[in-house]
Amino acid sequence: MRPDPEGLLPATEPVTLIDSDGAPVTPARAAVPPASELVAALGAMITARRFNDQAYALVRQGRLAVYPSSHGQEACQVAAARVLSDGDWLFPTYRDTAAVVARGVDPGQTLTLLSGEWHHGWDVATHRVAPLTTPLATQLPHAVGVAHAARLRGEDTVVLALCGDGGTSEGDFHEALNFAAVLRAPVVFLVQNNTFAISVPLSRQTAAPSLAHKGAGYGIPGQRVDGNDVAALLAVLGAAVDAARTGGGPQLVEAHTYRMQAHTNADDATRYRDDDEVAVWSRRDPVERLRTFLTRRGDVDEARLAAFADDAERLAARLRDELAADLRHDPSELFEHVYATPTPQLREQLAMLRDEATRDTPAGGSR
Amino acid sequence: MTEKLTMAQALNRALRDAMAADGSVSVFGEDVGRLGGVFRITDGLAAEFGEDRCFDTPLAEAGIVGVAVGMAMNGMRPVVEMQFDAFAYPAFEQITSHVAKMRNRTRGQVALPMVIRVPYAGGIGGVEHHSDSSEAYFAHTPGLHVVTPSDPADAYGLLRAAVASDDPVVFLEPKKLYFGADEVDLDLPVPPIGRAVVRRPGTDATLIAYGPSVPVALDAAAAAAVEGRSLQVVDVRSLQPFDDDTVCRAVRSTGRAVVVAEAPGFVSVASEIAARVTERCWDALAAPVGRVTGLDIPYPPPRLEHLHLPDVDRVLDAVDDLRWERGE
Repeated sequence: MRPDPEGLLPATEPVTLIDSDGAPVTPARAAVPPASELVAALGAMITARRFNDQAYALVRQGRLAVYPSSHGQEACQVAAARVLSDGDWLFPTYRDTAAVVARGVDPGQTLTLLSGEWHHGWDVATHRVAPLTTPLATQLPHAVGVAHAARLRGEDTVVLALCGDGGTSEGDFHEALNFAAVLRAPVVFLVQNNTFAISVPLSRQTAAPSLAHKGAGYGIPGQRVDGNDVAALLAVLGAAVDAARTGGGPQLVEAHTYRMQAHTNADDATRYRDDDEVAVWSRRDPVERLRTFLTRRGDVDEARLAAFADDAERLAARLRDELAADLRHDPSELFEHVYATPTPQLREQLAMLRDEATRDTPAGGSR
Repeated sequence: MTEKLTMAQALNRALRDAMAADGSVSVFGEDVGRLGGVFRITDGLAAEFGEDRCFDTPLAEAGIVGVAVGMAMNGMRPVVEMQFDAFAYPAFEQITSHVAKMRNRTRGQVALPMVIRVPYAGGIGGVEHHSDSSEAYFAHTPGLHVVTPSDPADAYGLLRAAVASDDPVVFLEPKKLYFGADEVDLDLPVPPIGRAVVRRPGTDATLIAYGPSVPVALDAAAAAAVEGRSLQVVDVRSLQPFDDDTVCRAVRSTGRAVVVAEAPGFVSVASEIAARVTERCWDALAAPVGRVTGLDIPYPPPRLEHLHLPDVDRVLDAVDDLRWERGE
């Protein structure tokens, strides 16, 4: 049976439950999550903010090759991790390391690839977090495959797949949505629309009424949510995950947010956007908004906020420690995992590297 | 037990036997379900194993390969069909950036035991985009295995080996050989990927070929025998990994070699083989390694493809050029 087209289209306005001044929006379009959940989310967002800013600083210190920061997008990052159960999967992009940390992966391991390593770090099977993917949207069909395999085995796994506004222009975005819909795979696609793909604004990316409208063409319901309001994100994403888990098929959620910093440290955002625009978005900051809301309601006090700040500081210190050591490599690592068993040709090339290393060693000396 | 099977039937048997042996093997792609594939390689699989294990997909090759990556990440052994060689190109990014690299970038934690079947190469009078020899793109990419059978027995054995492999395999099926029949022993142990085989003994020169060019090389060797020249034929079978030992042992035994392959010759697998043989067998060579390849042109239309494809005469001409005046 074909779905009712009207039911697939997003509402005109994104769902907001807490406005940018930290006040509840009335009437509420969804149930505000319980205070305990919001307080936990605030702690995770304070940690995510500290993680972002520490990682950014570590590039300047030469400890990371590059860092695409999600500063300003912490509500999306934390909500994406918190709506999942242990058996679910998360598919991140390179800008989603804060979500990976929020999912429980060690912060140093999370940044392995960005530190200049040849591999991506954490244990995929344990955390059910896919490797960071750099080519845009290419991880989305993988997410569909993981979900489809789980469904074939009768498991109730849900896969949350992340991408950005730029990624929705890639063919793989469209193929993934179409496959997910046809296979009825339990995937929630979360598009973090942070309004810029490096320097290119959304207006050059799409002429669609919204990115959430793209779901309708595939028979997937699309929703829009305030991406700087973690309460709205938890409500909307949580409902989408539930729908996918209970046989409702794939879901598309567009979160409206903003990349507060440049694309990476190597980028100069002043070349393509005004300070005024950045200032508007800084007044919508997701962390401040939630802190104000919860403080006013009396759900957190100064002691609790201080404890969150301490937690964040400890994580930053751990991150600094973990990335303080210089990378040390055994050349054989480069050959070890190209195939299950190195080919004769790779064994020859490893022998060549070892031979070069031997010849470079002064007689009687150590390397 | 041996049976007389065409290559298409042997491939179908390999898929059926692999699916029966292992419930995690699933087959999908365009038209592979009810139709059984445009070449009927998946004939009957959907009916026998159900639509969860053999299914038609939307018409999008990157999506097919990308979904297979995810299924392989989550415990399955997908076998996907790209309908024709040139129609695999939309999946190129998935194949080169993800299929080939997942094991390495996860330090071996995430293996991708998947097979990408590609009906390839010409000789069937196909219209444009239906006859490409695309092996160099895949063989050039570290992390992929690339194999191509030249007869029904190898088609069965190599496809069973490919499905059993814990590494991704690009499985190139020579379309023009699909419907040639031969005796196949289905009970032989699954052969390892990475082994070449001597198809015909010979003492004067070695023809090195793979996939659709092996029958051409064998025909050339038969013709040469009539003229009193003894040509050995080596079937490479596995382009990646490449069996230097078998190929070089063969070439060293004759001292002369010609590589025969259908793909355009410039920057080709044939170039690589010629270079490797030259480097490794130089002291045993009486002549430079010759190459008979396709022309460096877009694949020609049906009535002109005979001009492009290696044939017996071109192979014999190349053999004639191997500096016979220099004796041994």
